[in-house]
Amino acid sequence: MRLRFNLLFGGAICLIILTLGVFAPLFVHHDPILDANLMNAELPPNADFWFGTDSQGRDVFSRVLYGSRVSLTVGIVSQLINSCIGLLFGISAGYIGGRWDEFVSGLTNVMLSIPSLIFALAIMAILGPGLGSLLIALGLTNWSWTCRIARSSALSLKSQGYVQAAKTLGYSDIRIMITQILPNMIGPILVIGTLGMGDAILAEAALSYLGLGIRPPFPSWGSMLTDARELIAVAPWAAIFPGIAIFLTVLGLNLFGDGLRDYLDPHMRTRKA
Amino acid sequence: MSAPPLLEVRNLHIDMRSGQERLNVVENVSFSIGAGETFGLVGESGCGKSITALSLIGLLNRPLAVGQGEILFKGQNLLKMNGSELRRLRGNRISMIFQEPMTALNPLATVGRQIAEMFVLHQGSTWHEAERKAIAALAQVQVPAPDKRIKNYPHQMSGGMRQRVMIAIALACHPDLLIADEPTTALDVTVQAEILKLMQELCDQRGTSVLMISHDLGVIAKMCQRVGIMYAGHLVEERAVADLFRRPAHPYTHGLLASLPVLGQRKLNERKPLQEIEGIVPSIAAFPTGCRFEPRCTRASPICRDAVPGPSVLGDYSFVRCYHHG
Amino acid sequence: MASQTQPLLQIENLSVCFPVSAGLFRRSHQAVRAINNLSLSLHKNQCLSIVGESGCGKSTLALTILGLQHPTHGSISFDGKPITGAAQPGRMQRARMAQMVFQDPYASLNPRQTIHAALAGPLRLHGLRNKGEVEDRIATTLKMVGLKPEQAKRYPHEFSGGQRQRIGIARALILDPKVIVLDEPVSALDVSIRAQIINLLLDLKERLDLSYIMISHDLSVVEHMSDRVAVMYFGQIVEEGPWQSIFANPVHPYTRRLLAAIPDPFTIIRQEDITRKDMQPPPLSGFSYYPEEIGTHDVYQSPPPTEFLTVGDDHKVRFIAR
Repeated sequence: MRLRFNLLFGGAICLIILTLGVFAPLFVHHDPILDANLMNAELPPNADFWFGTDSQGRDVFSRVLYGSRVSLTVGIVSQLINSCIGLLFGISAGYIGGRWDEFVSGLTNVMLSIPSLIFALAIMAILGPGLGSLLIALGLTNWSWTCRIARSSALSLKSQGYVQAAKTLGYSDIRIMITQILPNMIGPILVIGTLGMGDAILAEAALSYLGLGIRPPFPSWGSMLTDARELIAVAPWAAIFPGIAIFLTVLGLNLFGDGLRDYLDPHMRTRKA
Repeated sequence: MSAPPLLEVRNLHIDMRSGQERLNVVENVSFSIGAGETFGLVGESGCGKSITALSLIGLLNRPLAVGQGEILFKGQNLLKMNGSELRRLRGNRISMIFQEPMTALNPLATVGRQIAEMFVLHQGSTWHEAERKAIAALAQVQVPAPDKRIKNYPHQMSGGMRQRVMIAIALACHPDLLIADEPTTALDVTVQAEILKLMQELCDQRGTSVLMISHDLGVIAKMCQRVGIMYAGHLVEERAVADLFRRPAHPYTHGLLASLPVLGQRKLNERKPLQEIEGIVPSIAAFPTGCRFEPRCTRASPICRDAVPGPSVLGDYSFVRCYHHG
Repeated sequence: MASQTQPLLQIENLSVCFPVSAGLFRRSHQAVRAINNLSLSLHKNQCLSIVGESGCGKSTLALTILGLQHPTHGSISFDGKPITGAAQPGRMQRARMAQMVFQDPYASLNPRQTIHAALAGPLRLHGLRNKGEVEDRIATTLKMVGLKPEQAKRYPHEFSGGQRQRIGIARALILDPKVIVLDEPVSALDVSIRAQIINLLLDLKERLDLSYIMISHDLSVVEHMSDRVAVMYFGQIVEEGPWQSIFANPVHPYTRRLLAAIPDPFTIIRQEDITRKDMQPPPLSGFSYYPEEIGTHDVYQSPPPTEFLTVGDDHKVRFIAR
């Protein structure tokens, strides 16, 4: 019962947000960038501007919808890059061990000791602003936790009987890592992954604030939040609505991740059936 | 066994509750243990022998709970006692040894401290006094150089030594009843032989009663005077040990003994297959309604499916639950 | 007697050492000697049991036979061809020589794989592409171990311990190997299930002409299943011979000690003592039994030179010259 609820409810939230973002033009009647009119600045929510307006008189509703495109892309794509790097390093380090493990463990420790935002900042400074470099910067800086979890799981899984059995059956090490080790650590990796998406959305906000994310007029939830900081007393709606959007997205992703983890677990599936 | 028994378990039911579901993990189990007696509880994994033992000292955790029944220890019902009364009893009058001594000992405290703690807790000794007693306790379980060994941490000892420490802790306060849950399963056979001998000697000396839980019929035969056979949450047979091995009454016991490879039985030029008990052990969620052994039983008849057989008395403190025993 | 023909698996002077890494700079000062100069041979369609207590090196021996552990010295040959050292075959070839049945039927099956996937994977890996053939092979193997082919769709947790062990046996058989290493095949199973698995293993051995190396500490199972028995202590074989000699006339004090320690319910009830101390046969003249003292060995030291001498028909015991 709960199993289905997480998966469906989380999935539904994610799907709605995704739909609203992709088909944003169908739902809004103000352009998020061009319809700036200082006469309309800082209006509270009303029939025309459902979420109110910001300091430049732009429609917060349409900016939230359009902004989801950037935020979701950044969250999902950069976390996918993170998960891939983390899994690649983590599984191989745990399974192979030895020098490679020492190297990877050292690298993860270094990564963890540098605040990932500072590191992303450095990468952005080299690559220059823009969505592409944002994805790369966030995708290269936040894989340490995935890596650590993958390494420790691989370390304990590799002594399991079925891994030994796979070796005696002639499986190559790479095949063992993919078919025997990876599927058995998918639960914690999914949880870390969905949490990481939330982190990435927030990190994008911080980078945008520093002028290194998405270029100013174009909306993202992060940049909207930072823009609205000075207005929090006079026009709280400009901050509240993107905040709710981030909250709902992160919640939806986490529920979906939990649900997916349980769904992929054969124990949970067949107990139900 | 004419004096009132030390421990008497009457109609014990243990349920597993999840949501509205209520599964009878242990049903209508009754047995008693006299002073100085060693009683064995034998069965396979999931038969309820270990949770029966845990229920005796109030250590069942959710979703498990005692449904009904009485557990009388020296005439007092343990199920009616509150937390602090039970705590005073545990480790003091009733103590327990577990299968895996590594997980049952605290890895961050020296074994000396863990033994001494019992004296401080239950006898009000000072730590200084308790340490002296701990050395004596370790000497009693035949740990060499006990004055040095008390400074060891559990990981610095071998499995057999750790189990000796467990026994020292369990017997520290001279309990009336020792519950030993598969105390030697994790050990090598030669170490097992030493540990069993030690337990037997110490308990004989002090008149401690023992509830011995094991799946190993050899261990039971060696240690116990009387034995109860559990199958899928029912106590199906209770007998004196010698009777059980000579004339098993329940078809399950009979099948179990017949299925064992026995040393010295193999003939030189022929190999008879072992007698099998067909089928699989039922899972807790799928216990049959009547006799729980019925689906695997060669003597089963329709009546076995309908109702749980009552105890047929075979003698003093010995019975079998079977319609077709013999 | 089969010992005149060439053995199927021959282990000669095998030693396995594990370097100990310690300290900050991880220099290995010493090595733990798990197996010391061990020689054994397994003949076709025999069951050779290796008996010993934890730490005696029997698991390392099993891993070395399966190619999961490299020997430090010595060699293993299969059907007359060496499978260690320079001529060592790859994992794929090795897989068709020897397979293993594991002790713990719970940890030895991948919880994320259906039984079908666990059996089809190795078949495809070894080049069986035809879907019909794969299905046929899976179905016949499952039937052979007493399971129904339609149960293949299920995951391991839907089976009981005994059924899982049958699945483990099916996986070991799927590539049609010649040798199967049985690592305590019934000790983790319920007592009422053990007889089923023992009978199944003996039946398969005859039907498929298999050869077994069984690692066990349960001497009653060993007596029932084995053709030959080797008693292992601290990386060495201390006594080896046909099962009937080992059980009827155990010679080495360690073997006798192991036998005496087995709590066998029927002999206890009959109050017999199978191996009384005063019945210990004297060693051959000029020799002492090796080791004389049990439990006092140094895993870092190589053992002193000893001799493995015949005491009866095909029955050898380890001695040290006095």
